[in-house]
Amino acid sequence: MVISPLRRKVLRDLRRLWAQVLAIALVLAAGVATLILGNGAYSSLTETRARYYDTSRFADVFADVTRAPRALLADIKAIDGVLDAEARIVKLARPDLPGMAEPGSLLLVSLPDLAGAGLNRLYLRQGRMPDPDSHREILLSEGFASAHGLGPGAPLTVVMNGRRVEMQVTGIALSPEFIYALGPGDMMPDPRRFGIAWAPRASLEAAFNLDGAFSNVVLKVVPGVPADRVIAELDRLTARYGGMGATARKDQISHAFLDAELKQLSAMVKVLPPIFLLVAAMLVNMTLSRLVTLEREQIGLFKAIGYSSRAVSVHYLEFVLCISLIGVVIGLVAGAWLGAGLAGMYARFFSFPFLVFTRDPQVYGLAALVAVTSAAGGALRSVGQVARLPPAVAMLPAAPPAYQNRLGRFRPFPGLRQTGVMIARHLFHRPVRTLFSIFGVAMSVAILVASLWSTASINLMVDVTFFRAERQDALIAFATPQPARAVFAGRSLPGVLVAEPFRTVPARISHRGLSRRLAVTGRPQDPRLSRVLAPDLRPMAMPETGLILSQALSEALGVRPGDRVTVEFLEGARPKVSLPVSGLSIGYVGLGAAIDLSELNRIMGDGMLVSGLNLLIDTAGQDAFFAAVKAAPRTEFVTLKAMTVTRFKETLAENITVMITVYVSLATIIAVGVVYNFARIALSEQGRELASLRVLGFTRREVSGILMGELAIVVLVAQPLGWAIGYGIASAMVAAFSSDLYRVPFVIGRDVYATASLAVLAAALGSAWLVRGRIDRLDMIKVLKTRE
Amino acid sequence: MDGETKTVLRVKALSKVYQTGDVVVSALRSVDFQASAGEFVVILGPSGSGKSTFLNIVGGLDTASSGQVWFGDMELTALDEGGLTRYRRDHVGFVFQFYNLVPSLTARENVQLVTEISRNPMTADDALALVGLSERQHHFPAQLSGGEQQRVAIARAIAKNPRLLLCDEPTGALDSATGVRVLEALVQVNRNLGATTLVITHNAAISEIADRVIRFADGRIAHETVNTARKVPAEVTW
Repeated sequence: MVISPLRRKVLRDLRRLWAQVLAIALVLAAGVATLILGNGAYSSLTETRARYYDTSRFADVFADVTRAPRALLADIKAIDGVLDAEARIVKLARPDLPGMAEPGSLLLVSLPDLAGAGLNRLYLRQGRMPDPDSHREILLSEGFASAHGLGPGAPLTVVMNGRRVEMQVTGIALSPEFIYALGPGDMMPDPRRFGIAWAPRASLEAAFNLDGAFSNVVLKVVPGVPADRVIAELDRLTARYGGMGATARKDQISHAFLDAELKQLSAMVKVLPPIFLLVAAMLVNMTLSRLVTLEREQIGLFKAIGYSSRAVSVHYLEFVLCISLIGVVIGLVAGAWLGAGLAGMYARFFSFPFLVFTRDPQVYGLAALVAVTSAAGGALRSVGQVARLPPAVAMLPAAPPAYQNRLGRFRPFPGLRQTGVMIARHLFHRPVRTLFSIFGVAMSVAILVASLWSTASINLMVDVTFFRAERQDALIAFATPQPARAVFAGRSLPGVLVAEPFRTVPARISHRGLSRRLAVTGRPQDPRLSRVLAPDLRPMAMPETGLILSQALSEALGVRPGDRVTVEFLEGARPKVSLPVSGLSIGYVGLGAAIDLSELNRIMGDGMLVSGLNLLIDTAGQDAFFAAVKAAPRTEFVTLKAMTVTRFKETLAENITVMITVYVSLATIIAVGVVYNFARIALSEQGRELASLRVLGFTRREVSGILMGELAIVVLVAQPLGWAIGYGIASAMVAAFSSDLYRVPFVIGRDVYATASLAVLAAALGSAWLVRGRIDRLDMIKVLKTRE
Repeated sequence: MDGETKTVLRVKALSKVYQTGDVVVSALRSVDFQASAGEFVVILGPSGSGKSTFLNIVGGLDTASSGQVWFGDMELTALDEGGLTRYRRDHVGFVFQFYNLVPSLTARENVQLVTEISRNPMTADDALALVGLSERQHHFPAQLSGGEQQRVAIARAIAKNPRLLLCDEPTGALDSATGVRVLEALVQVNRNLGATTLVITHNAAISEIADRVIRFADGRIAHETVNTARKVPAEVTW
């Protein structure tokens, strides 16, 4: 095969400029990789979820009741717009595992009578379905089973409704309802301490005295029918049976967490790839315009000997296309590899029966196309110049840089040394390139600020939630509200130092057409263990009358302190009262409303009842406490703060290390790409004068100081700009992520700015160092013998 | 050349061998040379005769393969990179064929570039006045003619009050009339400052303005002439 001379020149140019080419290609690759990763993961997660929901007939509406007769199911199914409904028994129980000292929870869910019928159909991973007539057989959720090494045939003791029952595992299953399986009181899934067990309806009816009754109903709604209408009707039907208010799919925990993840991914796709592609286009523009200047005479020669303007322009375009091709290839490989890693991470967090990581050629093709287009876009100006350059003009040496113009004359300030004047004039002489470079470095700072801040925010969240607000060591929740003497019983448990009661009652709070369903928590007048904090983090005492709402709730309802809200309690006599909003509290997870415990009990009118206890435990007595709690019949579940916090931090630590590695790498790619190219181009332009300065007796250090000075100014000016852009991105992300489910406190400490800047400065220093060697090796003699 | 005390530059058995791959080129073969204070020496020779290599080593831009070079009491051939830089900075003024001005600095600033780092400089104004460019001092190189640029380069070279002024083809890129102006500036500087001046040129006509003329051939000094009567540049034409 004959390679045309121009094409051979492309290959040689690529080889000669390999370092700059690679730096640009890597920036492009980062754009391609993040695009593939984001789009690929997004579409894979959406598609997996959609397919899973569809095949398993995932419900649209979920409702808990205390006890409703099965006959009610017919009425529910008759609600206009309901496609199907399944009445279930859903109850918390406690597994009793020999290897597990701390208390855990199992959510028991009844199976439909007909195998394979009903909603939220299970995906059987291993073993078989329990025999519908058996009272001893269960299916276990995959996470819990593998955390404890339980397989089909394994025995498992479960404490149900206060009774220890010996069960046998018949299989391992997954449910669309628990893709993200969050235990009661937890902030992160912990498959060791929380699992789901499915059992035939008959066995649960017997265990929980629910013969002919159900405690939970799930509905499938006719597509297009608004869930709200069905919910209103359902609530009306279940009110009599202790209906706690139905929720739509969007508020279902597992679904909502998945949604949050998807939101995050789509934000990534919107933010990261454009940054990289823009910076890459910028770099192509800078580098190619320098190359064209250097090869001006060659361009003239090509045209003079008969190559058309088009052929010569295409030659330079080919050079850029080769760079983008290298970038695309690296990006595709990196994107696929990171995508597999991300899929692995999803597999750990989300229990899907299958995960389609779409290797959709469209995603790849789009990424490649966008990358090539942005590189070509960056090349446009220079290629146009090449086309327009008349051969006669091109073959003359270019006019010397005309510093006489406008900014070139700029005298920064009197008293500056001439080398300083040189630095300033160089930067102002090519304002566009200088601004591009500042912007590029700023973006690498911004990427870091916009990703690193979350660590500090999460730490703040943990600190506020677990150490300032929730100061208990353990929380015991009773299956049903207990009389006040339970507090004394709790206090007398071994190892317990302090016991503080609380009561939670599900309620619907509304204000002028806006309403939210949540649990109102009654606390002692001056709580010590589980406290409510004001926005300035001071603990708040419970008002004699009225509610303290979390800021998120007050915003959702559009209320301020002093306004009155309507509270419809969804338990017992279901009182409906109007209460003043007495104050606002800070809270990051869920919506919160707090009230004085006695006031709550007065409103409920069912005596002095408590739902559970917050406990302070003597570490020495912890084991005895665990043992006692496991044996206590009325306990529904126990959460242990230390474990919740540890799990939370472990999970975050894992993710944060990965996240920081990825983001620091991405930022480094930009910083190195920009700084290295800027330095190489500056050196190519100024090499001659720098060598001349060496001849005049300037030391190596003084001479490299000029170029390093330019770099330093670009990099330093970029810092505050990067901080500002990073702050902007981060605050937009916070706004995007805030939901009823959780809100992230937006704090960016100085350490975030400092870390981001240090990482970028290190990358800049590294690339400057690479160029410095070239300055040291400048050939003094050669520059004296040649005209530029 | 009357008296050892006035000798500024002494070169003894200076050789330079360049090796690129298997090719060995002897650029200088055992050159001996002396120049005394205030002397104006013109160095002639065809391309590749070794004259530029000689000037580069004497100017501290290049190192010798063997032999010695003394500047006064200082043995240049024993200096390291840093020592050579200091030598150039303190004692040597250079003028080159292509001027090598800093395009981002005005004429005056180009001169100041050097006066800022010298121990005993004259003012930039004085240096520019010496070459007759006071009027154009605020112009950037791109705004000056070739001759003017070369005179700025001379002003920059002499502003440090160098004891050695080395010029490599200073008129090589200039037309005759402009070249004469540049030579006049060089002669005037040589006379006023007493700097020992070595001028490399292809142009034999220029040799008439020198005290002494050295002719390089094949890496050696082939011929040496002492001019009994120096012409002034205006009398020279080419």
